[in-house]
Amino acid sequence: MIFNKLTRHFAMAITASAAIALPASADVNMAGKTIEWTIPFSETGGSAKWANFFAPLLSEALPGNPTVVVKFMPGAGSTKGANWFQEQPAGDGTVMFGSSGSTQFPYLLGDPRVRYEYKDWNPVMATGTGGVAYLNPEAGAKFDGTANNLKDITFIYGNQGATRLDLVPALAWEMLGMNVEHVLGIKGRGDGRKMFESGEATIDYQTSSGYLKGSAELVAAGKAVPMMTWGSIDSTGNIVRDPTFPDMPTFKEVCDATDGCETSGEAWDAWKAFFVAGFPSQKLAFLPAGTPQDVIDTFINAFAKIKARSDFETLSAKRLGKYPMYIGVDAKTALGNATTVSASAKLYVIDWLKADFGVDLKK
Amino acid sequence: MDIFLEALPALTQAWALILQPAVLGYLVMGVMMGLCIGVFPGLGGIAGLSLLLPFMFGMDPMLGLALMIGMVAVVPTSDTFASVLMGIPGSSASQATVLDGFPMAKQGKAARALSAAFASSLFGGLIGAAFLTIFILVARPVVLLFKSPELLMVSVFGLSMVGILAGRIAIKGIVAAGIGMLVGTIGEGPFNGELRMSSYDFIYLTDGLKLVIVGLGIFAIPEIIALLRHDKAISEKQSLGGGWIDGLKDWWLNRWLSVRCSLIGVIVGIIPGLGGSVVDWIAYGHAVQTTRDKSQFGKGEIRGVIGPESSNNAKEGGGLVPTLLFGIPGSGSMAVFIGALALLGNGIDVGPSLLENNLDFTYSIVWLLALANVVGTIFCIAMASTIAKLTNIRFALLAPFIFMIISFAAFQSGQNLMDLVALFSIGFLGIMMRRFDWSRPAFLIGFVLSNPVENYSNNASQIAGIRFRQGWDIGMEYLASPIVIILIIITVFSIVFGLRQAKNILAEGDVGSGSKRAPLVFLLILTGFIFYALINTATIPDYAKTDRVFPVFVASISFFGALVLLIQMMITSEAHTLFADRETNGDDGNAAYALWPTLGWFAFLLVLTSIIGFILALGIFLISFLRIRANLNWVHAVLYASAGISFMMFMAWTLGRDFPPGLLQFYFKYLPWPFS
Repeated sequence: MIFNKLTRHFAMAITASAAIALPASADVNMAGKTIEWTIPFSETGGSAKWANFFAPLLSEALPGNPTVVVKFMPGAGSTKGANWFQEQPAGDGTVMFGSSGSTQFPYLLGDPRVRYEYKDWNPVMATGTGGVAYLNPEAGAKFDGTANNLKDITFIYGNQGATRLDLVPALAWEMLGMNVEHVLGIKGRGDGRKMFESGEATIDYQTSSGYLKGSAELVAAGKAVPMMTWGSIDSTGNIVRDPTFPDMPTFKEVCDATDGCETSGEAWDAWKAFFVAGFPSQKLAFLPAGTPQDVIDTFINAFAKIKARSDFETLSAKRLGKYPMYIGVDAKTALGNATTVSASAKLYVIDWLKADFGVDLKK
Repeated sequence: MDIFLEALPALTQAWALILQPAVLGYLVMGVMMGLCIGVFPGLGGIAGLSLLLPFMFGMDPMLGLALMIGMVAVVPTSDTFASVLMGIPGSSASQATVLDGFPMAKQGKAARALSAAFASSLFGGLIGAAFLTIFILVARPVVLLFKSPELLMVSVFGLSMVGILAGRIAIKGIVAAGIGMLVGTIGEGPFNGELRMSSYDFIYLTDGLKLVIVGLGIFAIPEIIALLRHDKAISEKQSLGGGWIDGLKDWWLNRWLSVRCSLIGVIVGIIPGLGGSVVDWIAYGHAVQTTRDKSQFGKGEIRGVIGPESSNNAKEGGGLVPTLLFGIPGSGSMAVFIGALALLGNGIDVGPSLLENNLDFTYSIVWLLALANVVGTIFCIAMASTIAKLTNIRFALLAPFIFMIISFAAFQSGQNLMDLVALFSIGFLGIMMRRFDWSRPAFLIGFVLSNPVENYSNNASQIAGIRFRQGWDIGMEYLASPIVIILIIITVFSIVFGLRQAKNILAEGDVGSGSKRAPLVFLLILTGFIFYALINTATIPDYAKTDRVFPVFVASISFFGALVLLIQMMITSEAHTLFADRETNGDDGNAAYALWPTLGWFAFLLVLTSIIGFILALGIFLISFLRIRANLNWVHAVLYASAGISFMMFMAWTLGRDFPPGLLQFYFKYLPWPFS
C-alpha cells in the first residue's frame, strides 16, 4: 500500500512537472492526420458516449488539430475489437483504442477467446464510473441499511451475463445473503431498467450515468428505493462514498452492518478486486504496442490540456459523472488496477461462477 | 385530462420552435441526405445518422434535431426505389415491398408502383406523427404492459406470417422458415456465449450473420443473376405505362388499407425490441388477408405495395415512443439517434425527464417528423418518373454497378472480407431456393425473428419458472395476461387462415415442375444442414443449456418437416408441384445465359478482391464485364468503369469507410487510401 502511494505521488509529480516544463514544441505535430479511435462496442453504449465526448476535445488539444473520428467495431462483447487492436502495428498515433470493463473481465478470467494482452498496450488516459443498486418499493420498505430483512425475499434481476460486469452486483447480493434469481442474457442495462419498471424484475443496478438519467426519476416517483453504491476508491485504496452519490451508503457499509457479511476475507477480497477492475478505472484509451515515446507523450499532454480546461469539470460532470480522470503514468496505474486481480480472487470468482451459474472457466 | 391541457400549449410552442428558416433549411438538408442514403440499398438510417454524428457535437439542438429527423424520416420512403426498381430490399423495412413492387416494375409499371408507395409512405408517416402526439402522453403504462411473454407472442405473431408466404406446399414454407431461424442462431449463444455452428478458429461466424447480408443475399443476388441471364431490361415493356397519377389513384382506392397498415406500423414500432424488420411482413400479411382476389399477389398486386409502405413510415413515429420515453431504442437507427441527442448543444438525454421538462421540445420532434415526411415524399414523387426509366436500360449495363453497390453495402456490416463470402454464399442459397420454389420470404422472416423469439422465450421461461416456484397463481398471472391471450387467438387465426390461402399466393410467380433429381438433391442438402445444426447444437453441454434449447427445438421440427417432404417426394410423380424447378420448365430454362458463367462473374470479383483488395478488383471487374459480357467498346467500358469507381470512392469518402482488403494489402501495409 505504502509503495503504491509513493508511486502515485511520484507519478503525479512527474506528470505535473512534465506538463509545466515541457514546451509544446516537443510534441509531435499531427496536422492533416486523421486519428481513428476504435470502440469495440456499438454506437449506443456508454463507451460510445465516452469516446464521442472526448473526440472533439482531443482534436482541439492535439498539436496541429488533426481530425479525430470514432469508429465502432462491436462483436463478441468487445473481444473482437480488442483482438483486432492487438494486431495493429505501432503507428504514428493515428490508431487509438478504447476499452471498458467488459473488455477487462474476460481478460481477467482467462476467457479462451481473449487473444489480446493489455500489458503490450500504451494507456494514455483512463476514467472511472460508479454503480447504484436499487430495490422495488416493497423490498425498499424493509431495507434499513442492512440486508437482514431482505433475506427471505426472492428477487429477480435482469443480468447481461455471468462473466460480464454484472458479476459485481451479483456477488455483492450473494455476499449479503440475498436470494436473487438471475434472468441471464438481457441485452443491456437499459433493458434491465425497463424490466424493473414493468415489474418483471424486482432489483436492478445501473452505472452512474444510467442511474442519473433514468432510475433517479423512478426513485423520485416512489417506484424505486436506492439501496447502495459500489463506492469509490480513495488514494490509499480504501472504499469510500461515491462523490456523485454522497448520501447513499456503500456496499461496504451495508455489508458491515448485515449479519453474516464480512468486509474481509476471501469473498470480500474477490469482490473488491473485481470492483476495482471494473469501475474506478473502467474506460481506458490506448495507443498500440510499440508506439514511439514522443507520440505517446503528445497524447498524454493533449489529455492533460483537456483536463486543465476551465470548463472541463462542468462538461464532464454532466456527461460522464463526477469521476477522476487519469492521464499518463496515472493511467498506467489505473490500467494496472484494472487488469490485475490476485490469483485467489480470480479462483474464488471462477469457483463461484461454476457453483452458482454453471459457467466453466479454466483456472 | 390534465395532461391534454398541458399538451396543447406545448404543441403550439413546438410549432413556433420549428417554423424558423434555419430549422426548415436543415430539415430539407437532412431530407436530401436521407434520400441519397435510402436509395443506396443496404444502407439505412443507421449509416445515415452515423454520418451525421461527428457534426452533432455542440450543435444548436433544434438544428441538429431537424437534420436528424429529416434524415431518419425519409429513409423508409426513398428505400422503395431499390425495392421496386431492382428487386433489392432498400433497407430492412421494405423487404416485403419487393414481392409485388418488383413484378410491377417488370411489367413496366414502375412509376405507378413508386407513386402509390410514396403516397402510402407519406400517409403512414403522417399517421405515425399524429399518433405519436397522443401516445407520448399515454403510452408509458401501455409500453410497460409489454413484458417478455407479450413480446414473445408479438414475435410469434410475426412468425405466423410465414403461413401466408409459405407457397404452394406449406411444409416447404415451414422448413424454409426453420432454416432461416437456424441460420439466425449461428454464432455465440446469447446467454452463455456457447458457440453454435461455428468455431473460434474461424472468428467471423462467431458474431452471427448480419441482416443486411442475409437480406441482400437472399433477395437481391438471385434476382440480379436471373435478370442478367435473360440479358434484357428489368421492364419487359419499353413504355412506362401507368404513370404516377395512376399510382396516386391506386392509393386513394385503397386508403383504408393504408390506414390499417399505418396503425399496424405505429403499434409494432412502439413495442421496443422488435424493430422495423417485421412490420412490413405483418402489414403484407394483413394486405393479403383483407384482399378478396388473392391471385395477383406476388405478380404485381398494388395492395402488396401499399400495405408495407404505409406501415414502414408509420413505424418511425411509433419507434420514437420507447426511444423518447424510456431511452430504449426501438430500432438500430433509434439507438444512434439517442447517442446523437446527447451530443447536441445542451446534451439532451432521452428518458422520462424529457417529457416532464421538455414537452415542447418533444413535440417539435413530432412536427419535424410530419414535415420531413411531406418534404421527402414531394421530392420522391418528383424524381419517380425519371428514376423509373432505369428499368428500361439493358440490365447487363446496370448489373456490375449493382454488384458493386451491394458488395460495398455488405462489407459495411462487418468491415471484413468474409462479409463478401457470406453474401455470396447466402446469395447462392437464395438462387437455389428461387430455382426450386422454396419461400425466400419465409426464410427471411425466420432469420429476422430468430433472435427475438429466442430471447423473449428464454426470459419468459426463466421468469415464469421463478414465479411458478413461488406459486401457481403467481406464475399464471405472469404468463396468461389478457394481451397474451388475445395475441394467441390472433396468431392461431392468422396461421389457419394463412395456410388455407397460401396456395393462391405465389409470392415468386408460377413455377413448373420437371425431373425428380435436382429438387431431391437440394432437399437432401437442406436436410443435411438441418441435421448438422441439430447434432451441433444438441451437443452443447448442460451448463449452457439455455443456448441449446431453442436451436434444438427449431432443428427438430425442421428435420421432421424435411423428412415428411422426402417421403412425399418418393411417393409422388415428378409432375407434382413438389418438384418445382425453374431450370427445367420455368422461365430460367430458356434464359440466354447459363447460371454458372453468370455466377462466375460475381465469384471473379470476390476472388480478385481477396487478392488485390476491393477497389483495384472492382476496376478490373467493371472493365472486363462491360467489355466482354455487355459488349461495350473499350472506350465506353473504361469510361463507365471509372464513373462507377469515382462514385464508390465518393460514397466511401463521405461515409469515412474503408474497402475490403486483400492479400496485397496484407503484405503492403502502407498503401494510400483507397487502396489501403
